[in-house]
Amino acid sequence: MALETRFHVLAVDDSLIDRMLIERLLKTSSFNVTTVDSATKALKFLGLVEDELRTFETSVASEIHQDVDVNLIITDYCMPGMTGYDLLRKIKESKSLKNIPVVIMSSENVPSRINRCLEEGAEEFFLKPVQQADVNKLKPHLMKSRNKGDQDQEQEQDQHFHNKRKDMEAISSPNKTRLKCSS
Amino acid sequence: MQNMEVDQMQRQYLDYIKSLFLEGFLDGQFLQLQQLQDENNPDFVVEVVSLFFEDSERLLNDLTFALDQKGIDFKKVDAHVHQLKGSSSSIGAQRVKNCCIAFRNFCEEQNIDECLSCLQQVKQEYCHVKNKLETLIRLEQQIVAAGGSIPTMEFSF
Repeated sequence: MALETRFHVLAVDDSLIDRMLIERLLKTSSFNVTTVDSATKALKFLGLVEDELRTFETSVASEIHQDVDVNLIITDYCMPGMTGYDLLRKIKESKSLKNIPVVIMSSENVPSRINRCLEEGAEEFFLKPVQQADVNKLKPHLMKSRNKGDQDQEQEQDQHFHNKRKDMEAISSPNKTRLKCSS
Repeated sequence: MQNMEVDQMQRQYLDYIKSLFLEGFLDGQFLQLQQLQDENNPDFVVEVVSLFFEDSERLLNDLTFALDQKGIDFKKVDAHVHQLKGSSSSIGAQRVKNCCIAFRNFCEEQNIDECLSCLQQVKQEYCHVKNKLETLIRLEQQIVAAGGSIPTMEFSF
C-alpha cells in the first residue's frame, strides 16, 4: 500500500511577510506548501484560467488542468484586485475545485465578514496573525476530504463489481433476460 | 562547556528582550517568530525582520508623499496604513501596530492634522523598534559567534 503523501496547501496572500509566516507555520506541520501573491495567480495555479469571452469557465479549466493536487487553500481576505472572498466563491462554483477546503485569514475581526465567508463554504476563518494553534486545526479538514475522496472511489468500485457480477449471471443463464447495467 | 563570557551575553540578551516586552515594543507574536526558527531555518527571524524594515520604510515614504499632496487621497493613505498595521502585527511590533490603529481612525475621519501627527508618531515608533530589533539581533549573533545558543524567554505574563 502506498504511503500517505503529504498534504499540499496553496497559500494566497499579497503580503510577503505574511506569506513567509504562513509558509513556515504550514511546513512546521509537515505540509507541502505553494505560495502565490494574488487570487488570480491562485486560480491559474489551480487550472482555472480566464477565457477572453467567458470568465473562469470550468469547461475551459478541464482542458488546461495541471497535474497539481491541492488539498487545501488558505487565503487572505483583503487583497487588491480579487479578494479572498471572490476566490472562495470561484472555487465553490467550480465543478473540479469545489471540494477543496478553503480557509480565510483576515487581520480584521468583522463578524459579518466572517459569517459571509462561512456561509459561502469556508471551513475556517483565522484572525491574523495566524498562530500554530490555528494551523493545527487544519488536519481534520484535510483528513475528512481525503476520506471522502476514498469513499467516493470505494463506491465507484462497488458499483463496478456489482455490474460485473450481473453480467456474469446473464452469461451463465442465457435463457434469462439479460439485465441492463445501470450507467 | 560554556565560558563566563557566553553566560554573561546570554543574561544580557534575556534582560534586553524582557525589557522590550515590558516596555511594549514587542508582543507575543515576536516569540511566535522565534519559535518558527530552527536548525533548518536558522535565519528566519532575521529574514522576516529585514523584510519588515524594507516594507515599512517604503510604506512610510509612500505615506509622506500621499499626505503631502494638495488633494489628499485618504483611501490611499488608509491602504498604506493598513499594510503597515498588518506587517507590524505579523512580527509583533506592538507600538507601531497601535499607532497604525489610531492612524486609520483619523483617515476615516479625513482629519489631515491628526493624520500628519500620526505619521510623525508612527515614524518615531518605527525608528525605536528598528533600533531595538537591530540591537537584539546583534546580541544574538554575538552569542552564536561565541559558540553559545540563544536562550528562550519564559513568557510568563
